[in-house]
Amino acid sequence: MTMTTEAEQTLGTRGAIVLVGTTKGLFTLEGDARRERFELTGPSFAGEEVYATCIDSRSGVTRLFTGSVSSHWGPVLRRSDDLGVTWTEDEQAALRFPEDADASLARIWQLAPGPPDEPDVIYAGVEPAALFRSDDGGRSFALVEGLWDHPHRTQWQPGGGGLCLHTVLVHPDDADRLLIAISAAGVYRSDDGGASWRASNSGIVIGFLPDGEDLEFGQCVHKVARDAGNPERLYLQHHGGIYRSDDGGGAWTAMTGIAGMDFGFPVVAHPTRPSTAYLLPLESDEYRCTPDGKCIVWRTTDAGDTWEPLTSGLPQRDAHLTVLRDGFTTDGQDPAGLYIGTRTGELYASTDDGVSWRLLAEHLPPVMSVRAAPLAG
Amino acid sequence: MTMHVRVRVPAQLRDVVAGAPVVEVTVDGGASGTATVAMVLDGLAVQHPALERRIRDEQGQTRVHVNLFVGSDNVRDRDGPATPITAGDELSVIPAVSGG
Repeated sequence: MTMTTEAEQTLGTRGAIVLVGTTKGLFTLEGDARRERFELTGPSFAGEEVYATCIDSRSGVTRLFTGSVSSHWGPVLRRSDDLGVTWTEDEQAALRFPEDADASLARIWQLAPGPPDEPDVIYAGVEPAALFRSDDGGRSFALVEGLWDHPHRTQWQPGGGGLCLHTVLVHPDDADRLLIAISAAGVYRSDDGGASWRASNSGIVIGFLPDGEDLEFGQCVHKVARDAGNPERLYLQHHGGIYRSDDGGGAWTAMTGIAGMDFGFPVVAHPTRPSTAYLLPLESDEYRCTPDGKCIVWRTTDAGDTWEPLTSGLPQRDAHLTVLRDGFTTDGQDPAGLYIGTRTGELYASTDDGVSWRLLAEHLPPVMSVRAAPLAG
Repeated sequence: MTMHVRVRVPAQLRDVVAGAPVVEVTVDGGASGTATVAMVLDGLAVQHPALERRIRDEQGQTRVHVNLFVGSDNVRDRDGPATPITAGDELSVIPAVSGG
């Protein structure tokens, strides 16, 4: 007879999984239901850069996806139905541009589950900036032509990481409402399942251009996250500035509660608590490291009006860390598990909504992406 | 004339061809019994697509850090994809010494 602890029953899980994509392959951490003890394995795909991973449990089985690229052999999409013990790559490439697109896949930046009630729908954001949709659980993807054919596309300029589509948000109440973000083109939205798109950057100031106010597109949006309680509320980390929208991205308002901290890559919304989000600002776009050698996570519980620093367990001395746009994530639980991977190979974890942190792994290759989830069952 | 061309697979890619160090590709060499590197890669795309897409991208361009040799000749120093290949020749796929 198997006994479960109260905590395990509360979490309703048999454990937790964390995928850490690095510049040298994928590392996997499997943890117990309390998220106290984790075992690290890897690397899988040694030598490949893993910019995108996805943990998808919508069908009742936990399925993993990775998007990686080899400097020699190009990009590849893989999936696993056994928590990464084995990986499958389809004989015919699941993700590739059609012949008439006159483009080649350079990198997979984002793999995002579709609506909860459509478990076979998966979105992929790639470089050069494009959105793909799968309707068969990731076995094949089709280019979302409505975005590819957008008249702005030929004018989009790449950010420092390339011309990448790095954020895909599906509205929880209406699967036809999609929001994507591209560096450095900005936010685009669709209300018809991707058939048509419009730029949605009103209010975001492009500080690195001489006439950077009120431009329709060209913003270097680094990440967007959706509030847990109000699906119309979004948080956005821009190349310079942090923003909030209360109308689904129609208009953006600068949040000024963290003095002098405009630059950063990730923004994470609490998975269950309304008006709660996290930032990890970096010092200037020239330095791009945690300011003053201190790693500080900032949390708001009032939708960005005020922010509090969270430092317990995070290094507060000689810590010049860089955390990239997908290097900070949550595991979807309550209290939230939060995970931060750095470009210097550390993985920090919190299982109490960010109040306290601990070092989960170190000496990894530079971390590009982190995803975490409970294991159902 | 149907030709069979041997393609030598580097160790890093053998997991996509069930561990084989060499795969044989069937191409049409016409009356002269001569094909091109591009024709061999086109055949590879049908017979071993996971290998071919590691050599060429969707636009048919050989990936930057991949070298193709016909015998001891780098095809970049000859006619690129149009480099002729005849029965008995071997096409070697060799990763460039690059990266970080």
